[in-house]
Order: sequence, then C-alpha cells, then structure tokens
Amino acid sequence: MAELLSVRDLRIGAISHPPGEPPREVTLVEGVSFDLARGKVLGLIGESGAGKSTIGLATLAHGRGGVRITGGQVLLDGTDILSLGRRDVNRLRGARVCYVAQSAAAAFNPAHRLIDQVIEATLLRGLMSREAARARAVHLFDILGLPDPASFGDRFPHQVSGGQLQRAMTAMALCPNPALIVFDEPTTALDVTTQLDVLAAIKHAIEVTGTAAIYITHDLAVVAQVADDIMVLRHGRVVEYGPARQIIDAPGKDYTRALVSAQRTTRAEAADQSGAVLEIDGVSAGYGGGANVLEGVSLRLPKGQTLAIVGESGSGKSTLARVITGLLPPATGRVLFEGAPLPPSAARRDRDQLRRIQLIYQMADTALNPRQTVRELIGRPLGFYFGLRGAAKTARVTQLLEQIEMGRGFLDRYPAELSGGQKQRVAIARALAAEPEIILCDEPTSALDPLVAEGILRLLARLRRETGVSYLFITHDLGIVRAFADSVAIMHRGKVVRAGRKSAALSPPFDAYTARLLACVPEMRLGWLEETLAMRKDPDQ
Amino acid sequence: MPSQTAGVRRGDRHPLARLVVRRLALSIALLFAVSILIFGGLEAMPGDFATTYLGQSATPAAVANLRAQLGLDQPAATRYLDWMAGALRGDFGTSWASRGPVSEQIGQRLSNSLFLAGVAAAISVPLAILLGVVSVRFRDRAPDRIINLASLAAISLPEFFVGYLLILFFAIRLNLATFPATVHEGMGLLERLRVVALPVTGLVFVVLAHMMRMTRAALISVMSSPYVETAELKGLSALRIILRHAAPNAVAPIVNVIALNLAYLVVGVVVIEVVFVYPGMGQYMVDAVTVRDMPVVQACGLIFAAIYIFLNMLADIIAIVANPRLRHPR
Amino acid sequence: MRLRAIPAGAWIGLAGIAAVAICAIFAPLIAPYTDRQIVGGVWEPASARFLLGTDNLGRDLLSRMIYGARVTLAVALAATILSFGLGILLGFAAAVSGGLIDAVLSRGNDLMMSIPTLIFALVALAILPKNLFVLVLVMAVLDSTRVFRIGRAVALDVAVMDFVEAARLRGEGPLWIIFREILPNTLSPLLSEFGLRFAFAILFLSTLSFLGLGIQPPAADWGGMVKDNKDGIIFGISAALVPGAAIAALVICVNLVVDWLLRRTSSLKGGRGDG
Repeated sequence: MAELLSVRDLRIGAISHPPGEPPREVTLVEGVSFDLARGKVLGLIGESGAGKSTIGLATLAHGRGGVRITGGQVLLDGTDILSLGRRDVNRLRGARVCYVAQSAAAAFNPAHRLIDQVIEATLLRGLMSREAARARAVHLFDILGLPDPASFGDRFPHQVSGGQLQRAMTAMALCPNPALIVFDEPTTALDVTTQLDVLAAIKHAIEVTGTAAIYITHDLAVVAQVADDIMVLRHGRVVEYGPARQIIDAPGKDYTRALVSAQRTTRAEAADQSGAVLEIDGVSAGYGGGANVLEGVSLRLPKGQTLAIVGESGSGKSTLARVITGLLPPATGRVLFEGAPLPPSAARRDRDQLRRIQLIYQMADTALNPRQTVRELIGRPLGFYFGLRGAAKTARVTQLLEQIEMGRGFLDRYPAELSGGQKQRVAIARALAAEPEIILCDEPTSALDPLVAEGILRLLARLRRETGVSYLFITHDLGIVRAFADSVAIMHRGKVVRAGRKSAALSPPFDAYTARLLACVPEMRLGWLEETLAMRKDPDQ
Repeated sequence: MPSQTAGVRRGDRHPLARLVVRRLALSIALLFAVSILIFGGLEAMPGDFATTYLGQSATPAAVANLRAQLGLDQPAATRYLDWMAGALRGDFGTSWASRGPVSEQIGQRLSNSLFLAGVAAAISVPLAILLGVVSVRFRDRAPDRIINLASLAAISLPEFFVGYLLILFFAIRLNLATFPATVHEGMGLLERLRVVALPVTGLVFVVLAHMMRMTRAALISVMSSPYVETAELKGLSALRIILRHAAPNAVAPIVNVIALNLAYLVVGVVVIEVVFVYPGMGQYMVDAVTVRDMPVVQACGLIFAAIYIFLNMLADIIAIVANPRLRHPR
Repeated sequence: MRLRAIPAGAWIGLAGIAAVAICAIFAPLIAPYTDRQIVGGVWEPASARFLLGTDNLGRDLLSRMIYGARVTLAVALAATILSFGLGILLGFAAAVSGGLIDAVLSRGNDLMMSIPTLIFALVALAILPKNLFVLVLVMAVLDSTRVFRIGRAVALDVAVMDFVEAARLRGEGPLWIIFREILPNTLSPLLSEFGLRFAFAILFLSTLSFLGLGIQPPAADWGGMVKDNKDGIIFGISAALVPGAAIAALVICVNLVVDWLLRRTSSLKGGRGDG
C-alpha cells in the first residue's frame, strides 16, 4: 500500500529583518524527506530553531509570518499539496489534515462555544450532518476522557482548564476523521501530572481512530511514548531518522546519543554535614489580603550543597524564593542565614547580607539589562560591593568570563548579541561576582534546550566544587534533581509534602502526591506510558 | 479604559451587571467632579469678576450692584448648588453678555451641533471601518500604503486649514456650496443637508483619518492572534475568518475607537463651526470665552464634557458586554 | 545606527523640521522686512517685492511667516518640554512609588482626561489672564495628562523586569534604578511620544490662536495669521492658506519622523522567529 504522506527534499526559507540592516533570506529547513504510512505516528524532535514546527506546518501548506516553502514536495496520497491552489488547500485543511497547537488556550476563539468550533470545519466541508457531527464530537470528548462529554462542548474556552482545552483541540482535529493530524508540542505548556493524562488521551484517541500523526516535541522521552518512527532535527537538517526503538536504544549519531543521555544522568548525593548555611523556619506568606500561598514551610540548606525545591506551577516554590530574597516579607516565620535571622524585607538588609545571597532567574532575557554590555553587567556588583575600578575591575570581569567558559571577546557585547545559553552564563557570572554564599536558582535551565541546559548544569556543578557555594535550586524537573541535587523538598499547594536527602526522599514508601508526581515523569524508554497507565488502573500491583 | 477582567471575582454570579453598574456610577461621579472643576475654576479667577467686567473706572456702587445682580454676593457653595440644581433642570442661568437665559440660546445651538456631528458620524464611521478592513485585507500592499500615507497627512492638517481649503474651492471658486453655513428654524432637511455639506466634509476628513488608523491597528491585533491561525489551518475562507472569527473579538476595540473619535468629533465641531460661521454650541462657546461670559462658558463646558463622558462610558459598557468571559462567567 | 537605514520619509521630515528651525533661529537675517512693518497695500498679490504678497494690514506675508515660525516653534516646543517634564516626572513617580501616591495621581489624571482638551483649555483661558506664560502653562498641563499615562505605563512595564528586581536585590538606590536601569530602556518609546506630543502642540497652539485665544496680536504666529487673513477667503484671496499650509507641512514632517521612530521601536522589540 502506498504511503499516506511523502515529504521529498523539503526546503523552507524566510525573510529575516535584523534591526537597522537590510532584510535577508535565511534557510530554516533544508533537504528534509520522510514517509508516513496510514495510522502511524512520526515524532519530530529537536531544540528550538531546529525547524520542527515549520516542517509540521508545511504538511498543511502553511508558512507562519514571512516563512515560505521554497522547494521540494509534500505528497498526500500522491498529490503534491504545495502545487495546489488556495481553494484546494483549504479543502484539505480541517478535513484530511488537521492541526493541534501548543497553546490551545490561545488557539480557541474566546467568542464561541467549544462545540461550535470543534465541528465547524466538518460541517463546512459537508462531511456530516450537524447531528452526526455533534454526536461524533461527544463521542470524541468521551474517548479523550473529558468530564461530562454530552454538555462539555457547550462551554466557552475560558470556562475549562488548560489540559481540557488541549484535549478539546485534539477532538477538534479528530472530528472530520482526518487521515493526518499534526500535533505541535501539545503537552509542553502543561504541568507534568496533566501532561501524562493528555498524552495518554492523545495516544488512546490516535489508536482508536486509526489516524496518522506527526508529533512535534523537544522532549525525547515524551515522543518515545507515542511515535513509531522518530526524526531528530538540528538547524533545519535531519540528524537521524529511524524506528523509535533504534533511536532510543541504539542511537547512531553523537547528537542523538547526547540527547538520550542528557536525561539519564544521576549523581550521588554529598554526605550530610551539620552546618546549615540557610534555614527556613515555619514560613507562611501570601500576597495582599488573600489566602496564604505558603503554609508553615521549614527547610534547611547544608553548606556547599544543593537543595532542590520541586513542585508544579502554583505550588508556591517561586513565592518561597521571593521570601528568601526579602521581596515578600513572610506573614510568620523566619529566614536564618548562618544561624542569624535575616531582616524579612530586602529593604532592611544591609549590603553584605544582600551580597551573600544571589539570584539567577529563569529568563536570562529579562534578567539582563538590554542596554548594558557584558562588562557593565558583570562589573557593577564588583564596583558596588568591592569598590573595584578601572583595570582591576576589567581584569576580574575577564577572570569571571573565563570561569563561565566565555572569553574576553564578549566584554563589550550587548545581551541581544548573545545566545540563550550565553546569556544565562553571564547571569551566573554576575551572581558569582558578588562572591555569594548562596545562589538561588529559579528554574535557570527550563527555558533552554536540553543540551544547553546540560552545559549550564555542568557549569553550576563545577562552580560548586571550586567555590564551595550552596545552591537552592527551584525546578519542576525531577531529572535535574536526580542529576544535580543533594537534598530535595517537594512542594504542593504551598506546603512541603516531602523533604530529605535525595536518596531517601525519592525512594518508597511515598506519600500520595510524591508517588503521583514521580509516576508522571516520562522515562526515556518505550512502553513506559502503557506501564504507568496499567499501574494506575490496577493500583494493587 | 479600566481593565474589565481585573474586577471579576470567582463565584460572582453577575459580573456583567456588577461591572456595568460600576461603570455607570463611575461616570456619574466623574461628571460630578467635572462640574465642581468647571465651577471652581471661576472661584480661582484672579481679581473680582464684576470689576473686570465693568472696567477699572466703575464706581463701587455699580460693582456691588452688578455683584448682587449676578448673585456673586452669595457664598460659593450656595451658588454651586443653585447652579447644579438649575443645570439638572436644563436651566443654566443668565448670560452676562446678552442678559438673556443661557438655556434659550443653547437649546437650538445644541441641536444644530448634534445635527452637524451626527451627519459627520453617519458618514465617517462606516467609511472608516470599510477603509480599515481594506487596509488590513491588503496589508503592506499598495492600497494599504496609500491609505496609510494619506491618513498620516490628513491627521497632520489643522481643522481650520481643511475648512478654508474647502471654502475656497467649493464655495468661492466652483460655487458649488454655500458659505457661510447659516441654518435657521423651519429649514427643510434637504436644505439643511445642503448647507452643512461643506462643514460635514471638513469634519469627516479630520475624524476619518484618526478613526481609520485606529481601526486598522485594532483589526491587525485581532488578525494576528493564534485563533485566527487556527481558523486558517481549519481551511476556512478569508471572508469566514474575518466575519466569524475576527469580527466578534474586534467589536470591543473598534467600538472603543469609534467612541474615542466621536468624542474627538465633539471637539472638532468647535473649530469647524467657527470656520463656517455655523450657529452651533462651539461657536457660541468660543464667543463667550472671548468676552468672558462665564455662565455660557460653564454651561457649554459642562455639556461638552457630559457628551464626552457619556460616549466613553458607552464604549466601555459595550466592551464589557462584548466580553465572553463576563457574559459567561465560570 | 546607520544613516542608510533611515527611510526617505524620515529624511523628508527631518529636512522640513530643520528648514523651519533655521527660519526661526535666523529670522531677522532671512526676512526681507520686520513682522510689524506696514510696507504695502492690503492683500497685494505675490510680486517680486512681496514674494508671498501682503496681509490684511499690508504687512509682508513672507516676513510674517518667517517670524511666525519663531513664535510657533518656540511656544510649541516650550509647552511640549514642560508637559513632558511634568508628565514623565509624575508618571515615573506614580509607577515607582505605587500605593496611595499612584492612586491619587492616576485618579486625578483620569479626571483631567475626562474633559476634552480643547474644551478644558477654553474654560481655563476664559478664566485666566491672557498672556504667553499662561498659554504655555495651560497647554503643558493639559497635554501632560497624556504623557503621564504613557510614562507611568512604560515605567511599570520596565519596573517589573527581572533586571530591575536584580538591581533592587543588589541594594541599589532609587536614583541608580531610575536613571541607569529604567530610563535607558524607555528612551525609545518616549522619544516617539515626544514627537507625537510636539506635533499635537503645534496643532493645538495654532487652533487656539485661530480662535483668538492663543498668541495675541501684533505678534505673529501661524494660527493667528490664518485668523487675521480669513476674511480674504470670501474674496478668493488665499493669504490665509499660506500659514495654514505651513502648519500642515510642519506637522506632517514631525509625524513622518515619529512614524519612523515608532517602527524602529517596534522592530527592536520585534517577535523572534520560531523554529
């Protein structure tokens, strides 16, 4: 039987408009070919800028913004859809080929009820009667595990949760019974426990309806659960393409190997020494007059070690960081530094107290002043805390740049001229310049691609060894905890539900939340999803 | 415009009604504050008004006499309450210049001005939306660029310059229209429309450019939202995308743009009326300001402000009602 | 920045503004006559002696235009600078201090903005004495409400950025935070806003003068000159249109520059390409 979809030597370009320079043509994707049989799933994986979304949209003959498909063929049942006119392309979209966006919350029109949007294309193409389409939508809501399927569609997008919207969007794509669905990072924006449910729902729906799919993600462990074949992309070119089992278990290229191993490293924890550099003692805190976001949180961070704070969005982990830095004075409780209580508000802390706790932010983009050069950014704490000037300051900045594995060539660059990883390194150097005892890391790698993130983690580990600094590391990623932390505290709804040495905290017996959290982290092996779901259905196992 | 979602509390059954009532109350409070501001301004006036009015050579007796006549000998609070009570009944006191009741003069002039502004709005609103849609449909292509450049030039022209250009060409050189634009009671509608043709053209010209530019911006922001891309990827036609997916969400911003510009129209009327010697509120107010006829200035100021506040309120309320989050609370 | 990156429209705008500025600065050197001298008959047509003809009193129109550039530009610029200083100062103060100060300033500003600017100006000018200082002050105060809004919004935008928080946590004082962290990042939007306010000030001044409430005779400004010569229109004499056209040209020039600045700001922010 012929392939459903054949992409041949696809080439995609765009016009880039660098500020203050004439526009120029850039190549986003080059020489990409693949085949997809009916009912099969292809995983496209790569870091940002790899061109995976661009390829996905090309299978709908769509280019976002100034993106243009400049060469190659996209054959759907033998017809090159790139050569079709607009009217014929529209007849394919929403009927034979459908799309599921990363952010369903933005992709649904806020002005219409879900059901009307779900069946809109199906009705327009005349594929079914209104009654039949509604019945199919309700059936799909049921398959996807949405609550109260019969009336779910009568709600407006803002009335349901993010995870439910993502499933509703999948229902919208499945409704016309298409031959192919493109899933563009459908679970990336979701919390880890929600991600598992949505992933399972999507996989189940694909199997039941027998549609083929292209599944785009940056998370190899996720794609391993759903894909039959995997294509690894980098800078718009194919790195490796093959059956999922081969890519995961026997990767042929260094880059793929690095991706697979980036998520598998673990590190033994340091022995617990008694001296705590930071203690949090019974802290409760909230914003305005509202309810407390933190409830009786107590933690300790041993000197020279790393304490990871783990939780989903809304767990209170970022609020805890604001209490420690003094941006949000707690309602009750204390923060002790080397045994002495710190003033609750940053405004009341003296310069030396401020110097000894530094912060690294999640988004290096907003953490660095775009109007200051690297020299000014790193130099300011040197001048501010230690009174360094002129040549002495430049020498120290250069030294710090070398410590973060960047050279003096970066001295006079602005943040806009750096890559994401380099920006985060400069932010680390700025923290380091203050010679702190503690660095508070607020998800410093979650906005970065896996390999870049791994480089940052290696750098942080080396700095811990060389300078004896302690880290309080906020993350939602248990993989990082295993690879990097000594002890861990798991937070849920403002409370610490579990805390202790890494080895003890992440071993059974678990409390209910930790068990669920741990079970939801995708593992880099085939069949993990089925096992997890089976265990859930049969909890005695 | 205050954020509408900020005030929504969870579990609030009728956020819509509550927000609308709150917006109404805000407008009343605003109008009240504006009336105090306009009235209080007179108190802050340097020097005594009666002296200024009669000239430096006036005898103290004449001054006292005039003060009593104008009611200036009463305490300010009493006079404010009297003034407000009168204004609510449509009585704005006596003009210092003509010694006649202000309301009598204003009644006719207000309807003249509203007629002028109404005709201008009836032409410019649909035209602005049409041009805005055309501009977005052909974004960054020739029609858009031409509309864009023309409107940039149009917003740069002072109203009186546009007015005199129109007069010179259409009334004087070509003799197609009448100048000055005199209207009087008992004039038929067609006759009236013919007389206001030039002033309306001037007003439309000035307001259209602003309205069209803002409509374009509002439309572009809706058209670049992810749900419009979703609609494209569902294979919907351009027309259906615009009508079904963009329009419902563009209502609120476009209504806001229109209200903002109608308010602008209210002000544009002042200059256009002076240029065309049209017997409306604007001309009346400018004349009163020149001779410092305070009751008239206050009355006109209050009425202009009230119209402006009312239009803005209307826009906000439509935006609240058009918001699906508020119409269908969780 | 590269000069080549400046589009043609912006060049035209810059050149136009420069030409008017030169006229204003060197008026006595350029103008053939003074602005108050009666040198000919009433509304003489353009001739070799009077390049643009004469006005309603027999003064040379060209000379009055050149001197008028001086008044128009100076008053509009003074009002804009004052309104900008006031608006930015209060707007930043409201954004940085927050709480009660912010609430009082913002509500007061809302009240001012709930009255149309021209109407507010008419009421104010009816009450206050007629002089240049009052005129500039009224223009500046009324216009500062717009600047206040922008200034506050821009400062709030930047003030919540992580790098400002980082500076606070470093222990930096408010002066460093405002001048070194916030201000450099707000210059671009504020610069185009300044241009926009300047264009508005020119139009506003001209309108007030045209209504007889702005610059008082015999001083010449462009709006007032339209008023002086408007009666000639009925006789087909276009003397009133010359200053009117000059106002329009100057404002178009300013708007062309602003348009370019706005584009530049938005392209600097620009969306990044997605893979």
